[in-house]
Amino acid sequence: MAAYKEAPADATAAQKLLNWVDNRFPLTKLYNEHMGEYYAPKNFNFWYVFGSLAMLVLVIQIVTGIFLVMHYKPDAGLAFASVEYIMRDVPGGWIIRYMHSTGASAFFIVVYLHMFRGLLYGSYRKPRELVWIFGCGIFLCLMAEAFMGYLLPWGQMSYWGAQVIVNLFSAVPFIGPDLSLLIRGDYVVGDATLNRFFSFHVIAVPLVLLGLVAAHIIALHEVGSNNPDGVEIKEKKDAKGIPLDGIPFHPYYTVHDIYAVSVFLMIFTAVLFFAPEGGGYFLEYNNFIEANPLKTPPHIAPVWYFTPFYSMLRATTDLMVNVLCVILAIAGVLGIVKGGFSGLGKIVLAIAVIVAVALLKYFDAKFWGVVVMGGAVIILFFLPWLDRSLVKSIRYRPSWHKYVYGVFVFFFLVLGYLGAQPPSDVGNYVSQIGTLVYFGFFLLMPWWSRMGTFRAVPERVNYAAH
Amino acid sequence: MSDQQIDSGKRTWLIASSCAGAVGAVGAAVPFVGSFTPSERARAAGAAVEADISGLKPGQMMTVEWRGKPVWIVKRTPDQVAELPKNDALLADPKSLRNPDQLTPPYARNEARSIKPEILVVVGICSHLGCSPIDKFNAGPQPSLPDNWAGGFLCPCHGSTFDMAARVYKDKPAPDNLEVPPHMYLSDTRILIGEDKKA
Repeated sequence: MAAYKEAPADATAAQKLLNWVDNRFPLTKLYNEHMGEYYAPKNFNFWYVFGSLAMLVLVIQIVTGIFLVMHYKPDAGLAFASVEYIMRDVPGGWIIRYMHSTGASAFFIVVYLHMFRGLLYGSYRKPRELVWIFGCGIFLCLMAEAFMGYLLPWGQMSYWGAQVIVNLFSAVPFIGPDLSLLIRGDYVVGDATLNRFFSFHVIAVPLVLLGLVAAHIIALHEVGSNNPDGVEIKEKKDAKGIPLDGIPFHPYYTVHDIYAVSVFLMIFTAVLFFAPEGGGYFLEYNNFIEANPLKTPPHIAPVWYFTPFYSMLRATTDLMVNVLCVILAIAGVLGIVKGGFSGLGKIVLAIAVIVAVALLKYFDAKFWGVVVMGGAVIILFFLPWLDRSLVKSIRYRPSWHKYVYGVFVFFFLVLGYLGAQPPSDVGNYVSQIGTLVYFGFFLLMPWWSRMGTFRAVPERVNYAAH
Repeated sequence: MSDQQIDSGKRTWLIASSCAGAVGAVGAAVPFVGSFTPSERARAAGAAVEADISGLKPGQMMTVEWRGKPVWIVKRTPDQVAELPKNDALLADPKSLRNPDQLTPPYARNEARSIKPEILVVVGICSHLGCSPIDKFNAGPQPSLPDNWAGGFLCPCHGSTFDMAARVYKDKPAPDNLEVPPHMYLSDTRILIGEDKKA
């Protein structure tokens, strides 16, 4: 508890007011910690704008969401018509709705690029593990928000998408059918499901999301931002304790980000006015038909941001399970021969592999599909401990690491493309390869990320004044 | 702070009261979790429905709604019934042995999965993730289907295929055949879906 500080005698009224507040609430302290005296590395590049842009999109989604709820009716009999009412009869309703639906896709574009930046420059490495984990939590919340929000217009894709995803939970052994019943609140997706998804979408998940965003930023400002060189700027400070390579967030990065915001808004509004449905990728055409529980549309696919994970779900057939068994067996043999375990350790490993193969064959491929899809997201949480590279940034890693990242990104995009296409045999084989590449990238990271010749990391960041 | 002695009596009571509080919190969660389960109204909405099949011609299909799900009634041609045993080698579960209590009532545990060989009554919800498959009764090569296609159903979501007795083909995402609902004939042309008690 700080002692009461008197304002200087010649203070202006505004300064006296601020002094009054500061004695009761740490306003100046908060401002300095997060803006005025938050020192960010001076060598941020293009990739560093997406965090601020994600905040902007979050605000857009919250504000447009508040206004949409004023006209929307969460009732299976009224929902579809109420969305069309917003689009046609509510003054300005169409643009608010399109801002919200386009905002959802923009959110994922920005967040995927933000995460890729983290991957490039090792922004999840010590001491920023919690920044990354809170971020993964935000990503999970966003997926939940997007999925539940997509049911609300009660179109054909809303209905059948929810039917498929809720049924994913029924694949869990033993408790699955009861679990999906608990989520739906009825024997089929219906009014009860719509109402509870509405509740989760507008209040429960956003509350968690905001908490995680706050935790993400507090953790980041505690450890300080990483930068494209992966150099810890806090290790070189001047006499006043300010990092030599740091510049205050305000005004330097606020201005920098306002420029990015302007460019972003140009693209965003262009989509909003000229292609609000994003060619059927942001809002699927079948969703302009009201939900019909008796008829599945001839081709259903999730919205684009879920398709990489959806491809992995579809790729997990009996054949894929057999391939996984073989891979596990090879990994087990390698571990026993080369792992350097003690005799007991080898026996434990052998038993673990046998049990894992038995489980793979015992449960349906359908269940493993769900595990693969969930695991593809959960594995991101472990990235700080999977990456064992000697340096943080891609700039000082062996050049061939860039190709590894390239192959990973390529297959992630291919999986995304295939997930939007109707099922085909060739597509299925390719997505099986893609799934193996995706998991191989992460699970083999402890080995490949250490291999090769690393370049020396400079003492100070690379920076050319411009 | 740290040089204080631990008062073990006080600590015991703190732990005990924390546990009591946790039990209370779990108890308070019960009604909230309970509110997620289907309401009494949803439970009551499972009544049986009657279908009139007098207008159904061989090779045609009709759909009725039962418990919010589509139930198909297909009148198969004699040829289609005769073809059924030929598919057995390609099917995952030709004899309907998996989960028979949930999927196949005793009177449908046969090659045609039906009471009368030509009339198939089945819930049109894929056993994979709950999409409604579409009818592809014409045999022969078609998009998304194998070249030796014998007629049946295709699930558009994940590509599972079923034969004319709604039995799933091997190596498809769907693990089970489609569910045959409890049903009975009230007369030659009227079927009651949802009940099979011989009254």
